Amino acid sequence: MSRAWVLVVVVGAATVACKALGPVAIGGRALPAAVSRVVALLAPTLLAALVVVSTFATGRELVVDARVAGMAAAVTALVLRAPILVVVASAAVVAALVRAV
Amino acid sequence: MDGRERARTDLGRGRPRGYPRLAALGGPAWKRALRAQLIVDESWAIGHLGGGRFDPARILGAGIVLWLAWVGSTAIGVLAGDLIGDPLTLGLDAAFPALFLALLAGQVEGRRGLAAALSGAAIALLLVPFVPVGVPIVAAAAACLLGLRR
Repeated sequence: MSRAWVLVVVVGAATVACKALGPVAIGGRALPAAVSRVVALLAPTLLAALVVVSTFATGRELVVDARVAGMAAAVTALVLRAPILVVVASAAVVAALVRAV
Repeated sequence: MDGRERARTDLGRGRPRGYPRLAALGGPAWKRALRAQLIVDESWAIGHLGGGRFDPARILGAGIVLWLAWVGSTAIGVLAGDLIGDPLTLGLDAAFPALFLALLAGQVEGRRGLAAALSGAAIALLLVPFVPVGVPIVAAAAACLLGLRR
């Protein structure tokens, strides 16, 4: 097994263990109210962070490129209440068009 | 249809769904460990019914579909990736933020949810130039501490 594969297996196993940790430890028990209010905010917070980082970051650089045009299309599609697939596809198509011209 | 709308529709049919909080993941430890593997951003967002309530069946169903799509498309990419050339010319890098945005739209509830989302976005954006890739997203989670206030 090459070193790369050893790394893949080790990091993969660690990831599986990390993911299992929470549910195994907490089980079916309810969390304290304060903690569950924090958990409820995880989805919107992390998704918002992912949106801006995947729109503006290239590695450790902040850039404005074709992705921003794609996101404008996505926002428009969302406002028009388009299905998720249409939102995603319109972003990709517009970004591709902007790059092509 | 987002999670909240779906939940409302189901409630309307007199079929309330969704467990409070993480009680969603019950059962024996080995089962919880396996099910935990299916929780990713997307299945988490799809399974969130709003107000910190989750539908375990939706999380697991979405998780299985996502896993198959992920592994399947990775295999296709390995075997036939050269055929599509540079993914950038297809605008695929814009598809990811658009997907996250579409998921986000169904997740922001109330002023606190909006405040947490905006703060998380600001934290992540400000950190990008200064820390290794990936860390800004993790750090953004600090905005969730807004939930500690009553």
